[in-house]
Amino acid sequence: MRTITCRQAVNEALREELARDSRIVMIGEDIGPYGGNFKVTEGLWREFGDARVLDTPISENGICGVGLGLAITGMRPIVEVMFSDFTANAMDQLVNQAAKIRYMSGGQVTPTMVVRTVIGGGRSSAAQHSQSLHAWFMHVPGFKIAIPSTPYDLKGLLKAAVRMDDPVMFFEHKMAYNMQGEVPDGEWLIDFGKADVKRAGDDVTVVATSLMVYRALAAAEKLESEGISVEVVDPRTLIPLDMDTIAASVRKTGRVVIVDEGHVTCGVGAEIAARIAYDCFDYLDAPIERVGTLDVPIPFSPPMENYVVPSEDDIVFAVKKAAR
Amino acid sequence: MAVPDNKLQIEMLRKMMLIRAFEEKIKYLFTRGAMAGFSHLYDGQEAVAVGGCAALTRDDYITSTHRGHGHCIAKGGDVAKMMAEVLGRRTGYCKGKGGSMHIFDASLGILGANGIVAGGLPMGTGAGLKAKLTGSGQVTMCFFGDGTTNQGTFHESLNMAGLWRLPVVYVCENNGYGISVSQARHQAIRDVAVRAEGYGMVGAIADGNDVLDVYEKASAAVERARRGEGPTLLECKTYRYGGHHVGDPGTLYRSNEEVAAWRAKDPIPRMIAHVLDSGVMTRAEVDTLKAEVDAEIEAAAAYSLESPLPEPEEALDDLFIGFRATGREGRGARGGCAAGAGRAECGGAEGRPRA
Ligand SMILES: Cc1ncc(C[n+]2csc(CCOP(=O)(O)OP(=O)(O)O)c2C)c(N)n1
Ligand SMILES: [Mg+2]
Repeated sequence: MRTITCRQAVNEALREELARDSRIVMIGEDIGPYGGNFKVTEGLWREFGDARVLDTPISENGICGVGLGLAITGMRPIVEVMFSDFTANAMDQLVNQAAKIRYMSGGQVTPTMVVRTVIGGGRSSAAQHSQSLHAWFMHVPGFKIAIPSTPYDLKGLLKAAVRMDDPVMFFEHKMAYNMQGEVPDGEWLIDFGKADVKRAGDDVTVVATSLMVYRALAAAEKLESEGISVEVVDPRTLIPLDMDTIAASVRKTGRVVIVDEGHVTCGVGAEIAARIAYDCFDYLDAPIERVGTLDVPIPFSPPMENYVVPSEDDIVFAVKKAAR
Repeated sequence: MAVPDNKLQIEMLRKMMLIRAFEEKIKYLFTRGAMAGFSHLYDGQEAVAVGGCAALTRDDYITSTHRGHGHCIAKGGDVAKMMAEVLGRRTGYCKGKGGSMHIFDASLGILGANGIVAGGLPMGTGAGLKAKLTGSGQVTMCFFGDGTTNQGTFHESLNMAGLWRLPVVYVCENNGYGISVSQARHQAIRDVAVRAEGYGMVGAIADGNDVLDVYEKASAAVERARRGEGPTLLECKTYRYGGHHVGDPGTLYRSNEEVAAWRAKDPIPRMIAHVLDSGVMTRAEVDTLKAEVDAEIEAAAAYSLESPLPEPEEALDDLFIGFRATGREGRGARGGCAAGAGRAECGGAEGRPRA
């Protein structure tokens, strides 16, 4: 066992996969000598060179399309989009092309592509650099979606994503990069569609994603001392979504809070809540609570940003409400 | 050829000094921890914004970028309201909602800084179409960097402007880098201006560290636009002194020699030398001007630091007209929905009182 950060976990996964399979090519803005905007690709360009780790012009739609072209002609590209906000610039190639090309072609080609991007508020980066837009991609059939929280999950899921033949949207959180966690020695892969119970409990289920897993665990700790036992379930992937694990927890507790940093309306919580309502209708003892980013753009100034983005206290409040 | 009169020359020098002092202050406040987020500074590039905006009137429009403080000051922006915004205060231009990357002053035709590379180009082109459709005589000047010229929207915008002969001046501030990627590594051309031909517009190159050269070429472009002769792509060769933003030392991807060579071409001492040599100003007058500029920035900083931060719930305003979005239950006052706002989703899940 050793302790690494989320940043290291992603970096190690990329390095090991680049070394393993010569068809893997990374493309993105400032991922080369600069080592990435969040210093996640540090050292990779020095080790593998331009042919494997290629800085691109600022052309998100083009970059994602180039990735797609590499993918359907036999390579295995990993595309980095610096902030998830900029996936908006790339929506044609992602949504109209990559997500549909296998289906539209009757299964002739498969875009073996991973698009890594970065979500999250908390750094006073304002409305165009703080969004968590992963739910958009759930709405479009054709992507597998990972949104891991811990170093162990990031590394295991990224390696699995790179080896997967379907296109993957892979969401990392800017505020989680410095978070630490234990990882085993040797290699591990994590299957998509397998949730992880991060903390066992009996009274309330909290389904949390990405950075919100850490906030949910901190909230659970606090609530434990107040006599409320919280189970924290991290779905880890949104497509496919492990409803079995979530439903098993909800059937045990009868109460559920869903915490996801995307905006509340039409967010991840909306989909999971609908499925829980259907799958666990007879087991629910309270309305399903959702905690997410308020339905306004994310403001710059810290007092407002901290209010808009979900906090540990917001989770505590929602759990108490569900537990009443 | 446009030759600025003495008054305008002094004003251009003052504006460049003001931008430099503003950025120095931001750097100081940032490193002192008084500032959240990140700020992309304009020091080194002052001549471009100042020479460009000097060719415009108050009624004309500009679009700006992530590196936008200079454009805003050059177009007449209030440095106190700007600094208050960068420091996230309620008294800032955007009530603290925007910060450094989103400063906006509609009353001065400043259609916003922008966090999205090339985000301002299509809307600036739209402002140009408005001027043409209404015959308002206004000109729009879009500022953007060399890296921005690789975005699809750059090409889409210039094509429409060329096709419809819009009164827009596209000012490329070629500082040689998009973050860490040098121009040689992001495009196969050396002069961005050559792209003008592909869109049927005039292309020109200015020394972006010479405010008089920028002014002359921008004025020619603005006059062409006002005469209905269509858009111009004006490339200004310049350099940013700092890293990409405060906090990036900017040393990983460029040499000290390169930075020093550009510092030797600093636009401010060059303009000072010009006004002294041509007898437009005396040394004493230049010193007084500098002292006034410094005092203005000190006053802006003091005003900003004394200004209140916004209350959390102020985040709920300004989304729609006459509407306050739903706030957080359990934290502070409830937001609630404005009467008659008619949003079915009022409440999301969190704001809806339980039956
Ligand atoms: C759509 C989009 N992609 C990427 C970024 C990240 N980014 C911010 S500034 C920048 C470089 C811009 O380079 P350039 O246009 O030359 O302007 P400069 O910073 O040199 O003034 C990048 C890549 C962004 N803000 N928006
Ligand atoms: Mg540049």
